[in-house]
Amino acid sequence: MTHKRPDGRKSDELRKMSAKVGVVPNADGSAMFAFGDTVAIAAVYGPRLLHPQHMQDPSTGILRVNYDLLSFSVSDRKKPGPNRRAQEISKVTEWALLPVLELKEFPNTVIDVQIYIIQADAGTRTAGINAASLALAHAGIPMKDLVCSVAVGKQDKELIVDLSKEEEDFEEGEGATDFPIAKIANKDAFTLVQLDGKISPDLVPEALSIAAKACEKVYDVQKKALKDEVEREAKG
Amino acid sequence: MTRQIDNKEEVISEKAERKVVVPGEVIVVGEDYLPGDGARREGEKVVSSRFGLAEIVGRVIRVLSLFGTFIPRRGNVVIGRVTDVTFRGWVVDVDAAAAGFLALDECPRFINPDEMDRFLGIGDIVSAKIWNVKTKGSDLTLDGKGLGKLEGGFIFRVIPSRVPRIIGREGSMVGLIKEKTGCQITIGQNGWIWIKGNTSDAEIRARKAIEFVADKVLVEGLTEKMEAWFEKNK
Amino acid sequence: MAMDIANLTKERLKAMFAEGKRFDGRKLDELRELEIETDISNKAEGSARVRLGKTEVLVGIKLGPGEPYPDSPERGNLTVSAELMPIASPRYQAGPPEFNGIELPRLVDRAIRESKMIDLDKLCIKAGEKVWTVYIDIFPINDDGNLIDAANIAALVALKIARVPEITKEGKVDHDKEAKDKLPLSKDIAPVSFSFFKLGNSIIVDPTREEAEACDARITFGLSKSKDKYLINSCQKKGEAYFTGEELAKMSSMLPDLYEQVNEKLKKFL
Repeated sequence: MTHKRPDGRKSDELRKMSAKVGVVPNADGSAMFAFGDTVAIAAVYGPRLLHPQHMQDPSTGILRVNYDLLSFSVSDRKKPGPNRRAQEISKVTEWALLPVLELKEFPNTVIDVQIYIIQADAGTRTAGINAASLALAHAGIPMKDLVCSVAVGKQDKELIVDLSKEEEDFEEGEGATDFPIAKIANKDAFTLVQLDGKISPDLVPEALSIAAKACEKVYDVQKKALKDEVEREAKG
Repeated sequence: MTRQIDNKEEVISEKAERKVVVPGEVIVVGEDYLPGDGARREGEKVVSSRFGLAEIVGRVIRVLSLFGTFIPRRGNVVIGRVTDVTFRGWVVDVDAAAAGFLALDECPRFINPDEMDRFLGIGDIVSAKIWNVKTKGSDLTLDGKGLGKLEGGFIFRVIPSRVPRIIGREGSMVGLIKEKTGCQITIGQNGWIWIKGNTSDAEIRARKAIEFVADKVLVEGLTEKMEAWFEKNK
Repeated sequence: MAMDIANLTKERLKAMFAEGKRFDGRKLDELRELEIETDISNKAEGSARVRLGKTEVLVGIKLGPGEPYPDSPERGNLTVSAELMPIASPRYQAGPPEFNGIELPRLVDRAIRESKMIDLDKLCIKAGEKVWTVYIDIFPINDDGNLIDAANIAALVALKIARVPEITKEGKVDHDKEAKDKLPLSKDIAPVSFSFFKLGNSIIVDPTREEAEACDARITFGLSKSKDKYLINSCQKKGEAYFTGEELAKMSSMLPDLYEQVNEKLKKFL
């Protein structure tokens, strides 16, 4: 028996995605990525010299991610400035992206990734990772592959994909489980794995398999955004 | 992707096949191919290691970057801005991850160490060649044709990877722009370009022309299009 | 990208401006193309995105219930904040704000507050205890010069479309109820700002980042139009160079035309 989702989506159906590259002309690379009403933008600056000097690593470049919500992206105004949640998401996003980057070619440098959520409706960290992955590629950073991210979840007993805010707040039965993941697009490699809720261990393989399939759809959207940018330029 | 050979000058590589690829995308399958810059081998497949234009020339596969910052390489001619004068030489911002350094003895004529900032002061612009790349930065020299302090005119930036387009095959594109505007033009591989003309209008036109060319990454027959552009934009 | 302006480029721009020329073909007193979009975030009480050429700024309006100031127990509060986020320019670094980051919200604050566009006295919830605070939050996304004027337009539009949320009995914002009332705004006051930049003896309007970095001084005027009168509500000069009396008079006289340049696009939001 399939659980009915509030917006009528099937359990393996993602919200409408949109993505665009080059949204911040000053940046070396930039992108917007949206899952339904959740909109993230990311900009990449670098590789550039890392200040202060004592933070430089002579053996490799460093990835520095700064994620935050804009004050008016959420219902209760978020006071400008970093908070713990944002700092944690910045760090896990950094770990989600590092495995595909080849930073040893850029010692003593930093690649700065700025991620901002303009409108938040659940899945903000996953939208942020997708935007960041696009921005890094757009910036020409050597990358083995793209990174795709989506939140898998559980509503009561049913596994679903790309939870909306309403679904995140679901409280009946077993409640909601939020299981955001990120993976390397063309590899069986998960680079972000987080979980909040209640899930039986034997559901994990199925959850990961659903996530992987959903990521294929994310990958298609990302690929198109990058290629469209070249098309757009080519047409002059 | 269709290939169009409009006129000899426009064919960057006669036997090249090009397509846009994203990181991780398979470019070709086959043991015979040799992955070059921006590509890698994964078993039978040759896969892209960046977002860019994959080019297959014979057996060699490269992926050319279309965007991104300047990565200094030995032999590059760059245009930079002096940011500091030290007793040994000048620190030059070449718009790369690390700064360039122009040693006092890399200048073609003798410069009195007490008068270094009269030759090149903070804010002055040089065209220089990179003769060595270290992790701490690039070593620059003014020993070479057309290198030295730039005076007059102005500088502006294009995406570094577009520079080959702007130069054109054997300098044909920049040569056309120089001819049509009467401007002196020096192009840095780091994306910075110096223009000096006889009138403001000529300089503005030259810059517009270069920015127009810089954009057209996939367009074939660009020289002809530029001839037409100059007709339209007198 | 982050290379500081070259001496020779600055000299060249000075000469070009003296001839009345700019790289993008504009006249010295011409603004770039203006694009305005609203409802950037459905969680904001009001929001707008403004593009002035390649400069892009987002402004969001949030309303929150809070305590009034002791000397104005029945008046609402206005807070303008801005962050020069590193996303907008290779020049911005994370950390404590440098002067530009402090100046931007203060200038926007002055232009709006002094115009008296918002009737703060109508934002009282319970006298002496609870009033609305109007938060105007400014986020530059791409700095290609003239953030201040772009931010002012965005703030103006965001305020014009903003709505006051419903309140629960406990005095908290009720997110489930649809906000119906618009902000108590004066119908005919619409403050914007115009910044003039000086290089040599030339004065230009709406510079790109390249042009702005060459200039020696800037002066920003907050201007509003009420019925058919133009009123200067605020003014601030920045930078080392000076302005002559003649230049100041000239700039003041240019303001109405500039206002009308912007009004074309602005009209439908007012």
